[in-house]
Amino acid sequence: MALIGVLALQGAFREHARALTSLGADVRELRQLPHLDGIEGLVIPGGESTTIGKLLMDLGMMDPLRQRILDGMPVYGSCAGLILLCKDIEDSEQPRLGVLDATVRRNAFGRQVDSFETTLPVKGLNEPVQGVFIRAPLITRVGADVDVLARVDMAPHGGTGEEIVAVRQGRILATSFHPELTPDTRLHRYFLDMLA
Amino acid sequence: MEQGSLRLKTGLAEMLKGGVIMDVTTPEQAKIAQDAGACAVMALERVPADIRAAGGVARMADPTIVERIMKAVTIPVMAKARIGHFVEARILEAMGVDYIDESEVLTPADDKYHINKREFTVPFVCGCRNLGEALRRIAEGAAMIRTKGEPGTGNVIEAVRHCRQVLDDIRRLCCLPEDEVANYAKEIGAPLEVCMLVRKEGRLPVVNFAAGGIATPADAAMMMQLGCDGVFVGSGIFKSGDPAKRAKAIVQAVTNYNDYKLLAEISKDLGEPMVGIDISTIPAAERMQERGW
Repeated sequence: MALIGVLALQGAFREHARALTSLGADVRELRQLPHLDGIEGLVIPGGESTTIGKLLMDLGMMDPLRQRILDGMPVYGSCAGLILLCKDIEDSEQPRLGVLDATVRRNAFGRQVDSFETTLPVKGLNEPVQGVFIRAPLITRVGADVDVLARVDMAPHGGTGEEIVAVRQGRILATSFHPELTPDTRLHRYFLDMLA
Repeated sequence: MEQGSLRLKTGLAEMLKGGVIMDVTTPEQAKIAQDAGACAVMALERVPADIRAAGGVARMADPTIVERIMKAVTIPVMAKARIGHFVEARILEAMGVDYIDESEVLTPADDKYHINKREFTVPFVCGCRNLGEALRRIAEGAAMIRTKGEPGTGNVIEAVRHCRQVLDDIRRLCCLPEDEVANYAKEIGAPLEVCMLVRKEGRLPVVNFAAGGIATPADAAMMMQLGCDGVFVGSGIFKSGDPAKRAKAIVQAVTNYNDYKLLAEISKDLGEPMVGIDISTIPAAERMQERGW
């Protein structure tokens, strides 16, 4: 089975590792540059995107990781992971990988008291998932090559219409919610299938 | 749609893991903390070392200070309420604070009961010195636990003691024959159901951070090696000579806590650490860790 690197600089890396292991993948925690050798896929967990971005820079991991992704290594980012993957981050100059042609808005639903759970359909999955949104971001623009996998109804959040919360661009998968906090491993399976 | 669920409360704590939460008293300090890589800040009127020095009754910070800090940074902002003071907690919740620390650093408002944290949408973190305290707080609805340590001392010994005690209690609980668990629960004053859960998982059901006396990258790395999920640094940063540099070093130490060469590198030239206090010189009545029931 494939060796998946889970970025373990900060955040909910343990939960991703558990989900991937339960599906039979080999998992390695990535904390330093040499740990990237030999990984076939990458997961960037939820956490604080500013913290993870700074550590990626300080540890000299940002450029090598970006290159690996541009060379075709499959990657999945949830929440902070999604933010780090996006090319544009509204009102922020923070370090990022910038490989996903999309614009993201951080803390788009408000503060922690506005965090929520909801069921939502995801393109490619038969049944809806339980979306756990914690100080979650939203995608406000996507490029032509980006496939939208899920949207959330903004009416309960004081908005209108629907906004994008899951996307795929080639071998890049990103969600603004946290499947790793639920027992449902279908999105991790979806990601592992991208390695095939 | 659901809000305020236990999963959302414990989930934010999961996102803070492997990170450093820093005490700040001004928007400028909050920005320094965020730039150094803090995963959250604790908004305070005074850091624990100054609360200790000032004496008197320590209360929730002025909402103006907390609001200014909330506006200054994009990372989560925590704030402290007095033990048992559910109205201070409601005020902080209404302001949109991301996490409330029901904290022994402030003067307790209730000599018997902690806040019923289950009723709130905002999550709570609470301090503990042993498994019994941790599980009572979790039963009350705490979504995150930290060691109490001895705040404002820059002396890590109490945090180490409390961390080891919790782990020791968990090991004991896990190896007891099942028919002795109910009595153990009674002995440590914790609900049986939560004891059974800990026994099954072999760990606390929520994230556990170190707090109370961490002042150096080495302190932080030691707490991570002892099994903590992350670190609170209170007075240790902004009572030191070069806060920005020390803050960044502690952030790195918490991520790569096993790499001694890196720890040596980042521990260089950090300037003066905060002045420490020997715990034995603090009269028992003035030890903050004794607060909480």
